[in-house]
Amino acid sequence: MKKQYDVIVVGAGPAGSTAARYAAANGASVLMLEKDRDVGYPVRCGEAVSHEGVIQFIQPDPKWIASTVTKFRLVAPNGSSVIPQLDGVGYVLERRIFDYELAKLAANEGAEVITKAYVYDLLKDSNGEAAGVKALIKDVKVEISCKVVIGADGVESRVGKWAGIDTTCHIRDMESCAQMTISGIDVDDETLDFYFGDEVSPGGYLWVFPKGKHTANVGLGLSVEEAKKKSAIKFLQEFIEKKFPNAAVLTHIAGGVPCAKTCDTLVKNRVMLVGDAGHQVNPVSGGGIISGMIGGMIAGEVAAEAIQKNDLSLLVQYEKRWQKRLGWRHEVFYNIKEAIAGFSDDRLNSICTSALKLPEHKRTLGGIFRTALWNQPSMLLDVAKVFVS
Amino acid sequence: MAKPFLMIYVRPGKCDFCGCCVGVCPEDAIELMEAKLSIIEDRCTNCRKCVWACPWEVLEFHREGIQDLPKDIVAVDDFQFANSLK
Ligand SMILES: Cc1cc2nc3c(=O)[nH]c(=O)nc-3n(C[C@H](O)[C@H](O)[C@H](O)COP(=O)(O)OP(=O)(O)OC[C@H]3O[C@@H](n4cnc5c(N)ncnc54)[C@H](O)[C@@H]3O)c2cc1C
Ligand code: SF4
Ligand code: SF4
Repeated sequence: MKKQYDVIVVGAGPAGSTAARYAAANGASVLMLEKDRDVGYPVRCGEAVSHEGVIQFIQPDPKWIASTVTKFRLVAPNGSSVIPQLDGVGYVLERRIFDYELAKLAANEGAEVITKAYVYDLLKDSNGEAAGVKALIKDVKVEISCKVVIGADGVESRVGKWAGIDTTCHIRDMESCAQMTISGIDVDDETLDFYFGDEVSPGGYLWVFPKGKHTANVGLGLSVEEAKKKSAIKFLQEFIEKKFPNAAVLTHIAGGVPCAKTCDTLVKNRVMLVGDAGHQVNPVSGGGIISGMIGGMIAGEVAAEAIQKNDLSLLVQYEKRWQKRLGWRHEVFYNIKEAIAGFSDDRLNSICTSALKLPEHKRTLGGIFRTALWNQPSMLLDVAKVFVS
Repeated sequence: MAKPFLMIYVRPGKCDFCGCCVGVCPEDAIELMEAKLSIIEDRCTNCRKCVWACPWEVLEFHREGIQDLPKDIVAVDDFQFANSLK
């Protein structure tokens, strides 16, 4: 480890590793610090991604793919279900290996990586701009200088706050999650299951994502506003006892997903935020792996370019590029989330009934959304934007 | 900040160190390491958002503070640790 780098990345999740990779590939000297002992572990994730999303960054490799999925099944509160037509496939990952591979890609571009390195504050210059980080590396306090700090510190992000960015997630938007990876169960390896309704996850959804060999990630997320009344772990225990009473529990984890619009500010005082730290999550699905990597890629490129040109005022380009690439979409998705979260169980049941009446070739996710939102004309415009883009 | 005393307590044995509570804390009052969670007493306003957010019911609000704590809550030592980083 050196005393000075161009870029320090805090957090080695998918967003951090991708930022480190693209900053290093474009000529910056990069240090990535991860508080945990291992990159990629513990896994706090349902691990589902689309093929199109992944191949922007890495070629699919069986060693980090637990199963390849071709179907979605949406289960209404009354138990009826609909399987929309999808074009394209998805994967359920082994994130403990996937995240490791992403960190290796960063290392191959020249980034240094240190684990068990907890960043607890920023170093600041006389103008209050970030000039490095204070870290506890294997229990020793160290100070390391840099020109740009990239906060990729996940849902628990504090780096932005230290630079004066308000990253606190409103409790209405934070999804409080619990998940168990269970084995010895009967699931279809090609289907992602989504359960809706007040009994399983009011305002949110419960997922069963197959991992092959009679194993699946079973988890749920619900808004903290709902979790106040009953916690995520209680909902999950009840579902598993009812649905998979004899399952072996291989892991169980807690987690949070900021299902909000992207933070208004992503760049301030030489700090850039990527991934969950900047709320770069699809607010409808809660998926944040690919979108965080896209944020990381843009931030890494912009940081390296600004350093190369010796003009750190260029860092704000990242906000514009993000907004153009995905930020605007997440705003549309956010409005859709707001509409769906208000649906009663009766409404969800009738959506399922109507969707099942659609001819099979029209039973696409878009078709089902249109059915769902039929009585809300103001939403149709938003939906159109999502599916046209 | 008018605040009588800290009312938020941690059951450390139950915590998964997931960070959901940190993400909703408006005061940056939670220090979360690989396997250690502590509340920064001077900053906490007892707003309880962290208690509601925790998926595993690890955090608890106690009206009387230390006086009405169940015996098995032992996280008080960690305050000193959190302050040592500030
Ligand atoms: C239960 C659950 C299920 C999910 N399912 C899906 C899914 O199926 N598909 C999907 O696309 N997304 C899913 N998500 C969301 C997805 O996991 C996140 O959006 C994604 O991991 C974000 O990546 P990231 O790199 O921003 O953050 P993270 O992956 O959280 O990485 C942040 C890293 O920063 C480290 N860190 C934090 N603070 C510090 C510090 N102070 N110093 C040093 N290091 C620090 C952390 O240890 C961590 O390794 C799910 C999330 C949860 C909680
Ligand atoms: S939300 Fe709960 S389980 Fe997660 S870190 Fe906070 S106290 Fe621990
Ligand atoms: S009670 Fe409020 S201020 Fe105190 S730690 Fe919890 S969220 Fe933060």
